[in-house]
Amino acid sequence: MRHRCSAAYIRAWRCADVAWLDLAPVFQKIVDAEGAGMELELTHEQRRERADFRRFVDAEIAPGAERADREERLSPEALRKIARNGCLGGILPREWGGRGMDLITYGLLHEEIGRACSSARSVITVHDMVALAILKWGNERQRKLLLPKLASGEIIGAFAVSEPNVGSDAKSIETTAERVGGSYILNGTKRWITSGQIADLFLALARCGDKPTAFLVERGCPGFSAEPISGLLGVRASMVAQINFQRCEIPRENLVGREGFGLMSVILTALDLGRYGVAWGSVGIIRACLDACVRYTSRRRQFGALLKEHQLIQEMIAEMATNLRAARLLCCQAGRLKQAGDSRGIMETFVAKYFASRAAMRAAADAVQIHGANGCSGEYPAQRYLRDAKVMEVIEGSNQIQQMLIAEYAFQEHARSEAEDAAAASIAEAQ
Amino acid sequence: MMDDAKIKIREFLSRFFQTSKLKDDDDIFALGFVNSLFAMQLVTWVENEFGIQIEDEDLDVENFNSITAIAGLIMRKNCYAQGA
Repeated sequence: MRHRCSAAYIRAWRCADVAWLDLAPVFQKIVDAEGAGMELELTHEQRRERADFRRFVDAEIAPGAERADREERLSPEALRKIARNGCLGGILPREWGGRGMDLITYGLLHEEIGRACSSARSVITVHDMVALAILKWGNERQRKLLLPKLASGEIIGAFAVSEPNVGSDAKSIETTAERVGGSYILNGTKRWITSGQIADLFLALARCGDKPTAFLVERGCPGFSAEPISGLLGVRASMVAQINFQRCEIPRENLVGREGFGLMSVILTALDLGRYGVAWGSVGIIRACLDACVRYTSRRRQFGALLKEHQLIQEMIAEMATNLRAARLLCCQAGRLKQAGDSRGIMETFVAKYFASRAAMRAAADAVQIHGANGCSGEYPAQRYLRDAKVMEVIEGSNQIQQMLIAEYAFQEHARSEAEDAAAASIAEAQ
Repeated sequence: MMDDAKIKIREFLSRFFQTSKLKDDDDIFALGFVNSLFAMQLVTWVENEFGIQIEDEDLDVENFNSITAIAGLIMRKNCYAQGA
């Protein structure tokens, strides 16, 4: 019914003589419809969870987002609320203290948090990346010891792969791990580590000889130090740090997985979830931009008419509303495939992240444009959305890496389809 | 059963590169056909297709670097699951 109602509004909207119409309900319907557009995709339980997330985010996260951005940190109280509300380690099974979220519910949480505060979303995402890597590839001792604490937020996890000289090319990391007796000695520097200023536990990639290997490093162990990095363009409250390992000694049992398979399995498992979180977080940014623009254009007048009545403004709103749906559906598709254990979910996540982060960047740039000088000021959140959206195009695999891999995927799909056609043709010929 | 697994593995690999000249014992990583992301897709596919759980002790390149190796891992995991 809602769909039909929105269509009727939009038809009316297209008529030349609609000046008498109050167009606020039109835009409101579009905003409602973006939720409604996905209703078919969601179960009753997922809708209920989404409503809970929205209430929590509106009450506890959104009000502090501007301040967090300005102060370049999430307050300990905000982190406590995030933990208390079960937003950390949400995908962990209940037996480990998590909420056992399915991947769509997990995505909805990321959309809602990302709508209000990309920094909080980033902190949650990297925490969960560590939790998932331990759940999937950690040994029984690591799981028993760490997962309940990660689920409750008693400890905060961070993901330490990037280095001053190494970003996308993770297999070229320079940090070394040397086995000495019952320990490993880590030497090297990790940079751009989200939550690095506060995290208690780091999942770090280091090289054992020529084998990239994953380790758990506790904050405060001998030879560990962290230096805050400030003045970042976006996700400024995600408490990014440089982490130094100077003859940092960790027990041998802190190895995750196997020597030499750390990058291929442990780190990629974590990055896959991270990419999924960034994709949904980008959907949240688009949503925030659309909401802000609908509100702003519904009350600001220029040339004797509300901004929303100007067609060039409508074009930007229409782009946001359309891309919001498209990005969200791509995220849903990736989530469903992941949930089913389908290996295609990995590449579909690349597609979703690529599309959603680009769409978020466009939406945020348009949001600033629509808000004019106000959009460039600290009084409105549009400039924060723009700064945060740019970061989404860089992290968890830059969009240039995504392009290369998605193109390769497209060639593989094409070759596969041709091979299937050829096989079908030869069967038909034989018959 | 081992042969069935090998056929399925070859079919999966053909999504990523030409397998017509690939021998069962060829090292797919050493041949440079695949990137590190492929390894993750392979692990996910093996788990889903054969209903087994790849665990940290299975994370050895030697378990995944050829059709024979992957089929051997699947057989061992299946035997273990059936015996357990």
